[in-house]
Amino acid sequence: MFRKFTLTAVALLALFSGPATAAEVEAEIHDYDFSFEGPFGSYDQMQLQRGLQVYTEICSACHGMELVAFRTLADDGGPGLPEDQMRAYAEFYEIFDQSLFDGEGDFRLATPADKFPSSNVATAPDLSLMAKARAGFHGPYGTGISQFVNGMGGAEYIASLLSGYRDEPECALEAEQPMDGYYNIAFAAGGYPETCIDDHGHYTVPGSWISMAPPLYGDDVEFADGHSTDLEHVAQDVAAFLMWTAEPKLMARKQAGLTGFLFLTVLSVLLYLTNKRLWAPHKHKD
Amino acid sequence: MGGIPHDHYEPKSSGEKWLHSRLPIVGLLYDTLMIPTPKNLNWMWIWGIVLVFTLVLQIATGIVLVMHYVPHVDMAFASVEHIMRDVNGGHMIRYFHMNGASLFFVAVYAHMFRSLYYGSYKAPREVTWIVGMLMYLLMMGTAFMGYVLPWGQMSFHGTAVITGLFGAIPFVGESIQTWLLGASAVGQPALNRFFSLHYLLPFVLLGLTIVHVWAFHTTGNNNPTGVEVRRTSKEEAAKDTLPFWPYFVIKDLFALAVILVVFVAIVGFMPNYLGHPDNYIPANPLATPSHIVPEWYFLPFYAILRAFTADVWLVQIVQFLSFGIIDAKFFGVLAMFGAIAVMALAPWLDTSSVRSGRYRPTFKWWFWLLVIDFIVLMWVGARPAEFPYDWISLVASAYWFAYFLVILPLLGVLEKPNTPPATIEDDFNAHYAPKGEGKAPIAEPAE
Amino acid sequence: MSHADDHQGTRRDFLYYATASAGVVVTGAAVWPMVNQMNPSADVLALASIRVDVADVAPGMQLTVLWQGKPVFIRHRTGVEIQEAAAQDAEFDSFPDKNAQNENLGDDALATDENRTLASPEGEGAGAWIVQMGVCTHLGCVPLGDGAGDFGGWFCPCHGSHYDLAGRIRKGPAPRNLPVPPAAFVDGTTIELG
Repeated sequence: MFRKFTLTAVALLALFSGPATAAEVEAEIHDYDFSFEGPFGSYDQMQLQRGLQVYTEICSACHGMELVAFRTLADDGGPGLPEDQMRAYAEFYEIFDQSLFDGEGDFRLATPADKFPSSNVATAPDLSLMAKARAGFHGPYGTGISQFVNGMGGAEYIASLLSGYRDEPECALEAEQPMDGYYNIAFAAGGYPETCIDDHGHYTVPGSWISMAPPLYGDDVEFADGHSTDLEHVAQDVAAFLMWTAEPKLMARKQAGLTGFLFLTVLSVLLYLTNKRLWAPHKHKD
Repeated sequence: MGGIPHDHYEPKSSGEKWLHSRLPIVGLLYDTLMIPTPKNLNWMWIWGIVLVFTLVLQIATGIVLVMHYVPHVDMAFASVEHIMRDVNGGHMIRYFHMNGASLFFVAVYAHMFRSLYYGSYKAPREVTWIVGMLMYLLMMGTAFMGYVLPWGQMSFHGTAVITGLFGAIPFVGESIQTWLLGASAVGQPALNRFFSLHYLLPFVLLGLTIVHVWAFHTTGNNNPTGVEVRRTSKEEAAKDTLPFWPYFVIKDLFALAVILVVFVAIVGFMPNYLGHPDNYIPANPLATPSHIVPEWYFLPFYAILRAFTADVWLVQIVQFLSFGIIDAKFFGVLAMFGAIAVMALAPWLDTSSVRSGRYRPTFKWWFWLLVIDFIVLMWVGARPAEFPYDWISLVASAYWFAYFLVILPLLGVLEKPNTPPATIEDDFNAHYAPKGEGKAPIAEPAE
Repeated sequence: MSHADDHQGTRRDFLYYATASAGVVVTGAAVWPMVNQMNPSADVLALASIRVDVADVAPGMQLTVLWQGKPVFIRHRTGVEIQEAAAQDAEFDSFPDKNAQNENLGDDALATDENRTLASPEGEGAGAWIVQMGVCTHLGCVPLGDGAGDFGGWFCPCHGSHYDLAGRIRKGPAPRNLPVPPAAFVDGTTIELG
């Protein structure tokens, strides 16, 4: 008995006291309110269109999106561009088609059936799935509770990252060699100067150094719908758009989930009553 | 088939007789479906049906996914995204399959711990238990190989790590690893063969399911009291049992429907909660994700694997005694498989004369500690291998082995168990006494 | 089962039927996606309709494009060809296949030159464009064009089928005229197939 209590106590202590020495980079991810969160959340069509504009005018200079087909821009539950606009949008892009020129291949205008081109810059990752390949929230201590409450937070991560560039902290200026890249408080996976680590191995400032130059400064685009072009708003718009490119069937999925949930609830109730009725003569010997 | 006396199928019409004398398949199905089942089974006896359902779900969705999936290193990732984006309803089918693995393991762990609590593994059900253990190993293998197929970062580097376990075997390890991968590293040969096996093994599982059911239909179900059904006559057996159909089928289906409500909610609203974001990045041999964490259902055994590092004195002693053949890495692998092996040996390690944990006052405490231990191992398996997690996983791993190797054998001798009821009928009537409307019809779960 | 329940039999039966029906509905809803997934996926459907730029196809030229895995002949006929093709209508009675085989028209349209050709874009005379599948109706070879064969249209080298200027079978083993796929001008220089 004694052993059981000590062991349980040790385990519980460990669960809730947390890591004293675990040196993990703190990243500041803001929990933005996106329209697509929660069981009933859905994409904001206007926001996706604005995000598409930001992607087109800024991100696409370096990044590609080779899993996303132009035709899906006209899909329900997506940006919902009218058919002719979608077609015209596709024709902004030139695609290499191996079948042209007797198999030697040639460039031609993109059609709705084509996909976005891949990245222009080798170090720029493809953005098709970026919002699902990143999580905004972690822990605490590997329990997954914050993901359960806040969602996986891929879109939050992207928005926070895009608006997370800051001036270099003082500790970094003390470093002998200036850091490569740009200081970003939402980016956890990057380099870190020795001077920003204290005697216990803790990082003294949030975030780390990222190699992507700040892509947005605010007022980088002009929205036809007159929506705010603040850095934060633009970052959220493009993050929402990238959530759609990563999970284009989100709304269909939630719809199916809700339908299944309701159907099965009804079936459960009916089965409960049937089961009760079936067993009644055996459980109450009257 | 069964040892419990009951009515068997009697062909009536001439057509039935004709078929029965040639292929007694209707009789087989009838006897299987109408098998006398202890009527006091509680809500922990539903997991078998949940597991059968999940196996069917995984096979059905899997066959469908294969119609669109391409097992090639250059196309696997894109073909999964093709399923997610273009195939009619493909995103739902894929999410069901992906989360189905988690449902599978939730159910199998509940099923296993139910057996451990109520002594279902004990004589005469050892074969059922051993077959179950084999199925569990196969399930883990199947799940692991399935995780390779999307060819994301986690797929790729997880494969490298898990096949690396075999590389720890002294002398022949490296050859085995190369044989498993068909190359010196993870690549096209590994993807192709894991795809083939991932398709094959579920059907082996299906076959073993039949063996598993056959075995416990021969011995009869265990039940919460651990008392056997009276078999002296059909009449006496009927007092302890009810036929599987419709009583337990409907009960199990009700439980299944409730579980599916939760499952559908997860698939519909948070399908990626149990997954890892890194697996949405295409496999890249040149960059390893910052920390590789297996899927949640492997974590307890992964924690045991990592627990035995070179600075544990037990590992040092073993290394010394084996002239260095068993180093820390191999010790970890042995510990991981050993953790499952000791579980398989439970029928012979448990010395208690009483089967069900319900009548074993001291055992209960140790059992629940084992459940907590399992959860702690699962949690610590996802944490980085550093203080205090290394220490916690070592203590938790030690308890896992102690439970099976020390506590189970000793308890049977030291513990003074309570007296179980004489018959299942007595137990049932104690819960549902003939007092009219009084009690709720739902039996309490495992104490 | 129990006699105590007999008097409420109907209510019990109703519950059992309701449960069974709900079970059937849920099972059906689960099975349908498994069946439907075998229908053409969105990327396949997207290729069911393609647009062909014919701005560079001068009279007397033929463009062969791939549509749904099969070649399609798009021919811009010259004034002479248009006249000759119309004149070939006079031999209608001798046509082996009197059906237009034009998916844009009804099943019973006759194989006149008018029924075989595409409605011209604005500013161009009737009969200037003919669009047809480049697959011989005999055994599926790709016929030769540019006035090949005895009737100035297409000629299949595999087994010697002769098609005239409107793609109608005139001589040889092929049983039907070259099929005309769904096609239309969406603007002055673009044809949409499918």
